[in-house]
Amino acid sequence: MNILSLLVLIPLLTIAGILFLKDTQKTRLVSAIGMGIQLIVAAVLVFMYLSERKAGNTDEMLFVRSYEWFKSLNIYYTVGVDGISVAMIALTSIVVIAGIFASWQVENLTREFFISLILLSSGVFGFFISLDLFTMFLFYEVAVIPMYLLIGIWGSGPKEYSAMKLTLMLMGGSALLLVGILGIYFNSAPGGGELSFNILEISKIQIPIEAQRFFFPLTFVGFGVLGALFPFHTWSPDGHASAPTAVSMLHAGVLMKLGGYGAFRVAMFLMPEAADEMAWIFIILTSVSVVYGAFGAIVQKDLKYINAYSSVSHCGLVLFAILMMNKTAMTGAILQMISHGLMTALFFALIGMIYGRTHTRLIHEMGGLMKVIPFLGVVYVIAGLASLGLPGLSGFVAEMTIFFGAFEHTDPFHRIATLVAVSSIVITAVYILRVVGTLLLGPIKNDHFNHLEDATWFERISTITLVVAVAAIGVAPYWLSTMIGDSMLPIVNKLLTANPF
Amino acid sequence: MTTDFGYALLIPLIPLLMFLLLGLAGNQLKARLSGLLGTIGLGVVFVLSYYTAYKYFFATEKIAGAFSKITAFDMVWLRFSDSLHINMGILLDPISVMMLVVISTVSFMVHIYSLGYMKGEVGFERFYAFLSLFSFSMLGLVLANNIFQMYIFWELVGVSSFLLIGFYYQRPTAVLASKKAFIVTRFADLGFLIGILLLSFNTGTFDFSILCDPQGAAIATGSGAAFLGLSVMTWSLIFVFMGGAGKSAMFPLHIWLPDAMEGPTPVSALIHAATMVVAGVYLVARLFPVYIISAPDALVVVAYIGAFSSIFAAVIACTQTDIKRVLAYSTMSQIGLMMVGLGVSGYGGHEGLGYMASMFHLFTHAMFKALLFLGAGAIIHAVHSNHMTEMGGLRKYLPITHITFLIACLTIAGIPPFSAFFSKDEILVAAWHHDKLIFAVEYIVAGLTAFYMFRLYFNIFWGKETHYHHTPHEAPAVMTIPLIFLAFLSVFSGFIPFSKLVTTDGIPFEGHIDWSLALPSVFIGLVGIIIAMVMYKKETSLPDKVAATFKHGYKWAFNKFYMDEVYMFVTKKIIFAYISTPVAWFDRHIVDGSMNGISRLTNAFSFRIREFQSGQLQKYGFVFISGVLLLTFLMVYLWN
Repeated sequence: MNILSLLVLIPLLTIAGILFLKDTQKTRLVSAIGMGIQLIVAAVLVFMYLSERKAGNTDEMLFVRSYEWFKSLNIYYTVGVDGISVAMIALTSIVVIAGIFASWQVENLTREFFISLILLSSGVFGFFISLDLFTMFLFYEVAVIPMYLLIGIWGSGPKEYSAMKLTLMLMGGSALLLVGILGIYFNSAPGGGELSFNILEISKIQIPIEAQRFFFPLTFVGFGVLGALFPFHTWSPDGHASAPTAVSMLHAGVLMKLGGYGAFRVAMFLMPEAADEMAWIFIILTSVSVVYGAFGAIVQKDLKYINAYSSVSHCGLVLFAILMMNKTAMTGAILQMISHGLMTALFFALIGMIYGRTHTRLIHEMGGLMKVIPFLGVVYVIAGLASLGLPGLSGFVAEMTIFFGAFEHTDPFHRIATLVAVSSIVITAVYILRVVGTLLLGPIKNDHFNHLEDATWFERISTITLVVAVAAIGVAPYWLSTMIGDSMLPIVNKLLTANPF
Repeated sequence: MTTDFGYALLIPLIPLLMFLLLGLAGNQLKARLSGLLGTIGLGVVFVLSYYTAYKYFFATEKIAGAFSKITAFDMVWLRFSDSLHINMGILLDPISVMMLVVISTVSFMVHIYSLGYMKGEVGFERFYAFLSLFSFSMLGLVLANNIFQMYIFWELVGVSSFLLIGFYYQRPTAVLASKKAFIVTRFADLGFLIGILLLSFNTGTFDFSILCDPQGAAIATGSGAAFLGLSVMTWSLIFVFMGGAGKSAMFPLHIWLPDAMEGPTPVSALIHAATMVVAGVYLVARLFPVYIISAPDALVVVAYIGAFSSIFAAVIACTQTDIKRVLAYSTMSQIGLMMVGLGVSGYGGHEGLGYMASMFHLFTHAMFKALLFLGAGAIIHAVHSNHMTEMGGLRKYLPITHITFLIACLTIAGIPPFSAFFSKDEILVAAWHHDKLIFAVEYIVAGLTAFYMFRLYFNIFWGKETHYHHTPHEAPAVMTIPLIFLAFLSVFSGFIPFSKLVTTDGIPFEGHIDWSLALPSVFIGLVGIIIAMVMYKKETSLPDKVAATFKHGYKWAFNKFYMDEVYMFVTKKIIFAYISTPVAWFDRHIVDGSMNGISRLTNAFSFRIREFQSGQLQKYGFVFISGVLLLTFLMVYLWN
């Protein structure tokens, strides 16, 4: 059995296991065990990957397996990983287990909740291991659709509206994406011969430039919608505000990364010439959204809105870095995805836990919470410091790699765009400190809050897992950055053929 | 060579371990124990630092008559590209070793002092954890062997300062002050980062030993290409200096420093007087060869910003009544003086007098300013107030504090033979040879300094007999011993032959006192003291009369020239009201509005066309038959 397929199989088996259970307690236990095994498998995968590389295996993708699926359309179930996907898989498994523990207290339709959650995660895992565009798209949809149910059923506030909006906007993105993928497929054999969905095979040929010009923007925007590309990000504030805790965690932590990952693995990698031509449009959009999201976050009153806007800013930086098309910046983009995934998941977990205690998410209704819930307070501060890019935590490593990569371009356009993006570090500090100051510090505003209980054991597991990951990357970024950077080389070389500077 | 100093890695690591221990397990330990643990840790660092200083200056062979730069530790931490990588390393050279001594001395004294001062406070172990974090970051900063490592620790120092200013986190003023300090310095650090970006892409390296090599290739690059009349190198160093100006509270980025006094007083002594705030001076000194050789214009900026800040702060200090704020402005003024020292310095041998003097003053200032703050802490501890208007006649109650405070005041006023006389004199000499205007400004500052310090001194220890609720009593020994130790250093550190130890190129030179400049400056200092004595030794109406005479000037200075208001306007009005609120509105109503608009359009459209599928047979039949009729009609018509 291929270890990669195991990553899809374990969630499915877990779901099958849960189906036979009636008891809430057992359901969450089985989910935790299943996802715990998944985490171990992911760790083993990282280990196997690194030792394989150490042994001198220089293949672009490792552990490749291919099974025929629809012969007539050349659709295969092809899996394989490089350092980038391994890193994303590790991220996903960490966020998922933290999400399971964060939703320990879901009472309503527990079984169905965990099934949807795990189904979603299996889609994400499948997406990251796929090398076949069609399979990849399929997994993408598997990941997106349970979101509708999760928000619509277990959400809060105007949940039907938010679920509908989120799903429709993402489906709109998928529609563009499908056209883009089919466009790639039908142009995958310009010299005649067999058409292909296989990413590696397509990357070896050059898609005609006219086709690229048409299909690149479709694919890029299609993924960009999920990656919160301005101005297609507005599903995010509403969606997060209504989503239950674990769903926000998974969504911002992992699902949004599908957008960034797809944007460079499919759109940029396969259509580098068009990417090079059109990058300037998206660089403007993303560098604006980095600052725009940060400014938007300053005046928000709802914790989840603050985080949603902050995600727009941070994810803007991901797409910004991808568009810089050099090794350093693109490595930074992946690091930023991982870093943002971890800390956003942490933020949403904490927001959920705080909301569960105070029954409000409006920051001016709270205050002085550090005194009563010191554990959650301290973790919130750590998450905030990670978000504003404090050295020693993951955000700093990612942001600096991006800034230095982007600055490698010597022309004024790229440099000015970089400076615009760099300035976000100050604005981020403003909104983070505003939240920390209002929410956690100062005198206690509401007498009812004097009796709040600090974190329970499952909440501690959930948050500590994420904090440890954030700190580990921040303190010792070398191996992760090298693992990603080495795998970035084939992609960068392909991009360089389009634009040798 | 490197192996000899391998143990130096312990110097930053011990405080880090203490931070982790106290931070993670502090609440399990007894408060007293965590305090002691932190203090012992710092004690070890103190011993190691003095040992390193001895070994470096006296037991290590010089290369070609110059102190060598020793890399005691080096590893790659993160690789950006093949040429650019961030290392974590330890660089020992005269200024970093000197800073080790400064930081470990003051930090150790503050650790001891806080055992008494913070006794019984809630969060005692948290306080010591943060102190350890700060010591770790500050030591890492000065030992950095590349500019990016310095930036990393620079940020960590900033966050420890934030945590310590906001130590009393339930007090809204402390929360605001910590926020302000962080954001203002963060803004300055943006400049620093941009400076590093420009600098590293021009020279291709972060490494100080390559960057600062006067004969090296890096130093010459980028000085040719010009932008707005200044070379790229000059721009990058001005940006780097922006970071330094933020940390060192230079005008106009100084506004956070007075507010930072909301933190516990030992913190003010350690961070906001002796160590962190001089990081900016250290940064410029660290990059000094680059400044002087490839960007002398940037050095002019340093000199003028320094000079202006020193007089600006000195004027404000004359009007403040909160003793910690007086000291804060005094710190700003003295750091301005250090910046002047660097700004008017040349390179090599006696030319580099200003540089040497600046480092010398950094050293003496750290001792006497820490002493002043700790003394102020002992006073506040005794009378439970920060305001000098609520004090007076304390010399009877606090004899040790009184004497040590007096020593510190005489030191800062530049009276011989106290230490600052020597260091300040050298800066003035360097200024005299370089720029007469700056020299004149610093003479005035010398007079103002003596005046405001003795205004403070007489108001606290002499002046009106205040009636206290509780009879003030002298602080316990854990607090007075650090005072005595620092007073000792303030008196005698002037005799350290700095020109033989810390010079621009590492080669010692003969320093001497230029009495023709020193005597007038002592005289000016004495005049300042006498004026203060006349006005404040006995309670008189003189101060009010003077204030009334210079009504407008006094009002402006008392209100700190309204800098806070300017900043409030920028942040509250411009950023909050004119940028963020519109952005948020735009996002909700225009961007999201158009998304919702699309869905509404789709909805409306489908509402219209749903009539096509109404399910009514009659309607279908009607449409069918009329269609057939229409087609028949058309065909017949077209055929004819």
